[in-house]
Amino acid sequence: MEICKLTACQTAEMIRKRELGVEEVTKAYLDRVEKLDTSLDSFVTVCNEEAMDSARRVQKRIDSGEAVSKAAGLPIALKDNICTMGVKTTCASRMLGDFNPPYDATVSKKLKAADTVLLGKLNMDEFAMGGSTESSYFKITKNPWDLERVPGGSSGGSAAAVAADFTTFALGSDTGGSIRQPSSFCGVVGLKPTYGAVSRYGLVAFASSLDQIGPITKDVADCALAMNLITGHDCMDSTSADIKYPDYLEFLKNDIKGMKIGIPKEYLGQGLNSEVKEAILNSLKQLEGMGAVCEEVSLPLTEYAIPAYYLISSAEASSNLARYDGVKYGYRAEKYTDLLDMYKQTRDEGFGDEVKRRIILGTYALSSGYYDAYYKKALQVRTLIQNDFNKVFKDYDLIVGPTAPTTAYKIGEKSKDPIQMYLGDIFTVSANIAGLPGISLPCAKDSKNLPIGIQFIGKAFDEGSLIRAAYTFEQNTKLDMEPAGLSTLI
Amino acid sequence: MEITIETIEHVASLARLSLKEDEKIRLTSDLKNIISYVEKLNELDTSNIKPMEHVIPMKNVLREDIVNASYDRNEILKNAHESGEGGFKVPKVVE
Repeated sequence: MEICKLTACQTAEMIRKRELGVEEVTKAYLDRVEKLDTSLDSFVTVCNEEAMDSARRVQKRIDSGEAVSKAAGLPIALKDNICTMGVKTTCASRMLGDFNPPYDATVSKKLKAADTVLLGKLNMDEFAMGGSTESSYFKITKNPWDLERVPGGSSGGSAAAVAADFTTFALGSDTGGSIRQPSSFCGVVGLKPTYGAVSRYGLVAFASSLDQIGPITKDVADCALAMNLITGHDCMDSTSADIKYPDYLEFLKNDIKGMKIGIPKEYLGQGLNSEVKEAILNSLKQLEGMGAVCEEVSLPLTEYAIPAYYLISSAEASSNLARYDGVKYGYRAEKYTDLLDMYKQTRDEGFGDEVKRRIILGTYALSSGYYDAYYKKALQVRTLIQNDFNKVFKDYDLIVGPTAPTTAYKIGEKSKDPIQMYLGDIFTVSANIAGLPGISLPCAKDSKNLPIGIQFIGKAFDEGSLIRAAYTFEQNTKLDMEPAGLSTLI
Repeated sequence: MEITIETIEHVASLARLSLKEDEKIRLTSDLKNIISYVEKLNELDTSNIKPMEHVIPMKNVLREDIVNASYDRNEILKNAHESGEGGFKVPKVVE
């Protein structure tokens, strides 16, 4: 048996039954990371010693009966924009290269309280701005399916690490598709929860009205397990929703008979790669075979979602990133003339090109004389896009479509043209704009043996239906998901 | 209005970014392209449409005013580039 090939649920069960020890599992993952991550570059920080220490502590708590969580003993890893006390949290930026958070994000705290073991922090696009993990200041993560290709982004390190069996599961963050698109590119399961379902406290802010933390997992059951660990109201996040959260494991039912699923015709139109389209159409037939009622619907404003998204997210980013001034934490330039010049040099040297591009766009959109034309206009379009979804959800339980218009592309292929890169978010940004939950899971592979992701979007706080549909789909379409690029290394 | 290198210089100064000459040139053309792309939104009539402020309906969130433990000052200062006398140090502002 290969320990690292087990799912999180299987591993946790074997730990509970004393068939596996926490130290044994943690060591197996650390060894695998050490051996293979030199080729993948998915981790920014690996916590070798801390992880073994914490594994020993957790094993004791399991033995004494104190560790009661269904995830006890699981080695996990976090995207490097989620604060971890005492473990560097860099956002893959020079600006935060040495930042050691003096506190834990709420999700980090919850995962610790659930007796999981932190293996380390995962690579990403700088400040989560990008779709390929190429804008990391430190390294470019490779796709485990083909090492010449990107893993997607911005949670590219998280998706690659899960696909490569470097962790039982990972957390990412999703502002415009940053959990779902890399999950699609790497052939794993990624869920962006409803806005407000997971606390953002301790998530380094990019665009506060769109950011959500969510799980990236090996399968749908693991996704449900991880959702149980991270959702919940938090008084440290004023946008956290104070509602009753269900036990997501209860939605792992192989049954979607009668479920009404809408397929937006705009999600099968222009710009969609023909192999991805074929795979999605085939998946729709499969869903019908499983008893779902699939019908064409329309989200006419789909093409406006990206321009609205880039205005809103960049405006919020320009404001959120104003805090990086070389004073309280982070990088400070060496040469400057006075305080103002210190700010300016620090920010020029500390931020990468994509981050600066978004700060410039966001500042422009918020500046005097342009606010109404750009930022306010985008917020009005945001209302219209949400209305679009509300209309469809009057008659349908779920919306289905592709996660991304293409499969993973080559490193360097799109990094020179920002708008080309932005268009890759066409099917994912709308869920963020409307605050809705979305899940991506593998549905097929293309002729280059690269994974294709299918996406379900649900009603606000109805992650249960997403999990049920995704689980049913997964159970009835067994795919061989062994990453080919990785096997060349073993 | 046309986006020129002066526009970029003005915005960069608002954003406290000191840009190098080649960055200014690149960002001028990037911003031009992106703005002409996002102007697609003008195809939509949004008169009488409320701008969305919160995606999930939520009123002001208040809590009881209870004193809790805060962070340790020395721990916070550890991340600063320069600190002293219990504070952050910055280049001299007042002569």
